[in-house]
Amino acid sequence: MTKQAKILNIVQYIVLIILTIISVFPFFWMIVAATNPSVEVTKGTLTFGSYFTENLKTLLSSDLQFINAFKNSLFIAVITTTLAMIVSSAAGYAFEVYKNKTRDKVFNFVLLSMMVPFAALMVPLFRLFSNFNKVPVLENIGLNTNGSVIIIAIATAFLIFFFRQNTRTFPKDLIEAARIDGLGEFEIFARIYMPTMKSTYAAAVVVTFMTSWNNYLWPLIALQSPEKRTLPLILSAMGSSYTPDYGMMMTAVVISTLPTALLFFFMQKQFVAGMTGSVKG
Amino acid sequence: MKNKVNLKAWIFTIPSLILIVSFVFYPMIQAFITSFYTGVANNLSFGGLANYQRLLTDTTFQKALFNTLLFLVIQVPIMIILALIISSILNNKRLKLRGFFRTAIFLPCITSLVAYSIVFKSLFASDGFVNAMLMNLNIIAEPINWLTNSTCARILIIIAITWRWTGYNMIFYLAGLQSIDDSVYEAAEIDGATGFQKFRYMTVPLLKPIILFTSINSTIGTLQLFDETMNITQGGPANSTITISQYIYNILFKYQPNFGYAAAVSFVIVVLIVVLSFIQLKVGDKND
Repeated sequence: MTKQAKILNIVQYIVLIILTIISVFPFFWMIVAATNPSVEVTKGTLTFGSYFTENLKTLLSSDLQFINAFKNSLFIAVITTTLAMIVSSAAGYAFEVYKNKTRDKVFNFVLLSMMVPFAALMVPLFRLFSNFNKVPVLENIGLNTNGSVIIIAIATAFLIFFFRQNTRTFPKDLIEAARIDGLGEFEIFARIYMPTMKSTYAAAVVVTFMTSWNNYLWPLIALQSPEKRTLPLILSAMGSSYTPDYGMMMTAVVISTLPTALLFFFMQKQFVAGMTGSVKG
Repeated sequence: MKNKVNLKAWIFTIPSLILIVSFVFYPMIQAFITSFYTGVANNLSFGGLANYQRLLTDTTFQKALFNTLLFLVIQVPIMIILALIISSILNNKRLKLRGFFRTAIFLPCITSLVAYSIVFKSLFASDGFVNAMLMNLNIIAEPINWLTNSTCARILIIIAITWRWTGYNMIFYLAGLQSIDDSVYEAAEIDGATGFQKFRYMTVPLLKPIILFTSINSTIGTLQLFDETMNITQGGPANSTITISQYIYNILFKYQPNFGYAAAVSFVIVVLIVVLSFIQLKVGDKND
């Protein structure tokens, strides 16, 4: 290596190390803060303390209903993910397997919905869902219900597109063979396609769960009664306090980040594949 | 038989289509219609273009539009260039600890927007860690008012978004770079190309479709910016970080709800998304 190349090589490592520190530091700091009393945090401590259980106690005994919010978030994320896997994957599957001109046009129409900003839907959705509250049956998805957050996340253009792209790798011979064996179209989907496409489903589960877990704007609008709030709403409320208890706040942040962090560390490949959509991870 | 399969094919897609039409396309049309109505809450009356005329004289709206475009014009290029540089460094197969660096730089993507916003708000508070560190290092004498000075608040929002999303874009570029044959780079090295030349004349042109995709993606995301400004600065100080989405939220829930005007403001985002995506696609084509 020439001298210049050597210097360049060292510069590369220095850049990467600095970027790594910047990327990881907020995570380190939130754990430090969660294990220290608020006073220590404002003093700028950078060592792990032993105050975590105290912070946790403060958090749980506060009037924020943290456990309740955790349950709401978990319930919404699990149900959304389960329903989305059935509904969106069925659509993505059908758009690829039963291709024809009409369905291709409908699919392009579905894709168009990706361009629609949520900001443009805020007003009409809020009014629509408040009307649901007045109708029997539909009141289960009206404002201030878990259903209101679940129902709008079940079918998304992103997921349908993701499943359609990945269905291209699904061997079509399997479908023909199954038909000859006398399986119906729905059976083929449920008993052949679904088990074969496990890794696609895994990536879709990760990204759907995470999107739901982290969703903020629509729950902020739809879930205004305190006992219905999800974790991001609780965190947001804590963050806007004038006299924040940093220890307690970061304990809440750490606990709410834990599920997605675990997903990331145990399913890194699917996580990245899901987040980037059609690009193969 | 054929008809039966065709019918079943539609049954597979019907639930999704009903949901997307009900919760995206129908509300979208509703929003467009509502934007021509004026009045408070549900007492609406037809007002023609009144809401759109009001946009022209509404200084808060203009501030929100300016801020949103400012974040777009400054933050998106910084992030994309940074992500490109990182991914071309990480694409070097001789680099040690590649996987570690990649994972570390991607890590911010696992946080929820609200969670990281609160962490940044705490870190950059006037008595927060960043000021304490800068003062200990004697870089500054007085704490910087990150949250209460309008320029600093804007910089803070840009720092925060860049922290959260650079790793995300990097992953796209790394995937793209993997599909480029190493021999292309080796040939360039033999011809004496420097690192910068390889980056400027090879990496960037070869990744062009992906760069285009990510910049459209980031543009759409930035135009809808909400969670960060809402949780780090609350749009303040004096609306200096308020975004269009947050202004719509305020019109609906902070002031007396004005559905018609909020809908009109939201259509500005729709128009911006369509126009900017179109321009980016055009510019992307032209450079071929």
